[in-house]
Amino acid sequence: MHVPDGFINAPVSLATGLVAVAGLAVCLRGAQRELDDKTAPLAGLVAAFIFAVQMLNFPVAVGTSGHLMGGALAAVLVGPYTGVLCVSVVLLVQALFFADGGLTALGTNIVLMALVTAVVGYTITVLAQAVLPNVRGSLVPAAALGALVSVPAAALVFVLLFALGGNADIPLGEVVAGMTGVHVLIGIGEATITGLTVGSILAVRPDLVYAARRYRQDLAIHHAPAR
Amino acid sequence: MSSPPSLVVEGLAFAYPDGHQALYGVDLTVGRGERVAVLGPNGAGKTTLVLHLNGILTGGRGRVEVAGLPVAKTNLAEIRRRVGIVFQDPDDQLFMPTVREDVAFGPANLGLRGPELADRIEEALALVGMAGYADRPPHHLSYGQRRRVAVATVLAMRPEILVLDEPSSNLDPASRRELADILLALPVTILMVTHDLPYALQLCPRAVILDDGVIVRDAPTYDLLCDDATMAAHRLELPFGFDPRTVARPTG
Amino acid sequence: MSGGHTHQLYVEHETLVHRLPPQCKLIAVLTFVIAVVSTPRSAVWPYAVYAGALAAVAVLARIPAPLILRRMVVEVPFVVFALLLPVISRGPRVDVLGVSMSESGLAAAGILLAKGTLGVVASILLAATTRPRDLLLGLQHLRMPQLLVQIMTFMFRYVEVVLAEMGRMRVARESRGFRARNLGQLRVLAHSAGALFIRCFERGERVHLAMLSRGYSGRLPTLDGAQARSTDWAVAACLPAAAVLASAAAWFAVGR
Ligand SMILES: Nc1ncnc2c1ncn2[C@@H]1O[C@H](COP(=O)(O)OP(=O)(O)OP(=O)(O)O)[C@@H](O)[C@H]1O
Ligand SMILES: [Mg+2]
Repeated sequence: MHVPDGFINAPVSLATGLVAVAGLAVCLRGAQRELDDKTAPLAGLVAAFIFAVQMLNFPVAVGTSGHLMGGALAAVLVGPYTGVLCVSVVLLVQALFFADGGLTALGTNIVLMALVTAVVGYTITVLAQAVLPNVRGSLVPAAALGALVSVPAAALVFVLLFALGGNADIPLGEVVAGMTGVHVLIGIGEATITGLTVGSILAVRPDLVYAARRYRQDLAIHHAPAR
Repeated sequence: MSSPPSLVVEGLAFAYPDGHQALYGVDLTVGRGERVAVLGPNGAGKTTLVLHLNGILTGGRGRVEVAGLPVAKTNLAEIRRRVGIVFQDPDDQLFMPTVREDVAFGPANLGLRGPELADRIEEALALVGMAGYADRPPHHLSYGQRRRVAVATVLAMRPEILVLDEPSSNLDPASRRELADILLALPVTILMVTHDLPYALQLCPRAVILDDGVIVRDAPTYDLLCDDATMAAHRLELPFGFDPRTVARPTG
Repeated sequence: MSGGHTHQLYVEHETLVHRLPPQCKLIAVLTFVIAVVSTPRSAVWPYAVYAGALAAVAVLARIPAPLILRRMVVEVPFVVFALLLPVISRGPRVDVLGVSMSESGLAAAGILLAKGTLGVVASILLAATTRPRDLLLGLQHLRMPQLLVQIMTFMFRYVEVVLAEMGRMRVARESRGFRARNLGQLRVLAHSAGALFIRCFERGERVHLAMLSRGYSGRLPTLDGAQARSTDWAVAACLPAAAVLASAAAWFAVGR
């Protein structure tokens, strides 16, 4: 669920807004290294893809449903900095055009769904890659693990923000329990989609997967075959 | 013969990021105002070669020069002004909401504005016979009309070299002939990739065969099409009932 | 960049609201929402002013009410949460229709719903009167960093491709007896997600190559130099001005 207008009070919204702006500034600089004129459309596609896949809700437990957050997937596909930018663009479009997530809550949503998921997801993925065998296939479980952890991580940060500036008086303990429980389940869905998507892209176009660059071999250019 | 040739390709070799090597050392020189057909079977590397001509693909071995200017990162803008590529699928080429904006895209990127830009658009659309369609959305046009607009988007940039990737595919016979008329009337160097051998014969006095990533033949189109052994060796087949010997030998 | 799904949000008309430069509308909506969320807790009447102002814009822009209501479904998950609030909140309780509810929770739910709904309607109106491409130009005018503009440009174009491909693939899947019902079948969906990604990329990759070939360097040429005049800004300011005045008046009343 995207945080709507008026859900988190003004001071906390302002603070998350500042964190989001600072985070985006860092990512804009970092993305220069990840992108060139040929990969810029890839970032747009990742954004469009997350946007489209977020429209597919999958059922979790009774009565609740979750959708892909996409931060971990984006970070694995285009790199952490560009990944944050992609998800942020999705959130901006959703807020402006689809009334999904409030404009004044945009900072909060960027912090939760772009910064936290991409940073946590990518960090866990890289750590897992370091432990797993140094073959391309290792990226699939690594990315899935990153995605799995990224969702409850975002949920915990949400609870923290809610405790600081929630516009309602709900018992915190229950919120924590409820949120983490549901979000571990959502995380499994996120991990499934992320792992399988990364796996099938890896099989066909490994050159499109940022986190797979470490497995790339140097290519030799040969000359005309004997004929 | 003081000005350099329109196009010089030397020892061009290239492998795609997935390791698949598509070009193995292509050599090709095209003089100013020449019209050359590039023939060859599917997967021979024709499109890969085309994408090197304006620096979209780089990083392999060899050298590409356009009118004396090497294709390199520092002069990409100038190269892309000089080389106009019409892609195989017009839907890949047309992406703006109206025909006018689409034709304007290239010249606007070159920095043209205002009346000068409007003139370019008019001129290019008139050349391809689509003057009345400026305000239509491209995706509402027929396939042949879209192909013509795609040609106009490139002509609007006044390229010195026009590169066309399979321009006659999916055109009905009338559109195919009209496009030929347009191309024949243009005073530019033309490199045309095609599987349509009669079309190559009609438009291009010279043809080369690209197979397995190298140029294997370079000859007058008429001679090439009459050389049955070469044709068969490179999976080139004339359409049923077409015999180049019955066509008046072109004088170009 | 146009057409497809995002386009359907746009309602074709030639009104004052549609003609306003996009950057003016963006700033107006943003200021409006900020004014709304900063309404003091105890005030109720300003919400009538906000709603009235939005209704006036809808009438001016000739956006029919049923269309706005239909698009408000995005709010549903959030409404569910708001309805739960009074039940799970702490504090003194009252009985409503036999259910024990927290008073503070009820008030919070009411305010939450009001603020959320106003924000939702404001962006529905923005989307109904502004084409995606104009939005992009507006953001470019407002100095949104180039890289973000570029990502959004490609996103708009790809969204259509992705949704079209998604539709085609669903038809292919379901005609072979597949239905998305439970988590186990996520696997199938995710598999086609990968295929979808590559198919879309390869389509868009070619478009991008064609753009590069025509001198594209990351910046969309603004053809009809949509410079906003001061009258445009003045017209656009009406909506947020009403909201800011109402909100400020409410704070003034609280202060006394
Ligand atoms: N993006 C890519 N990544 C990897 N390999 C590629 C890519 N594009 C093309 N190839 C391969 O490079 C070779 C040459 O492809 P190219 O598209 O240049 O052929 P072509 O001569 O244009 O064929 P056609 O007549 O079918 O258009 C083919 O074997 C193809 O599979
Ligand atoms: Mg080809």
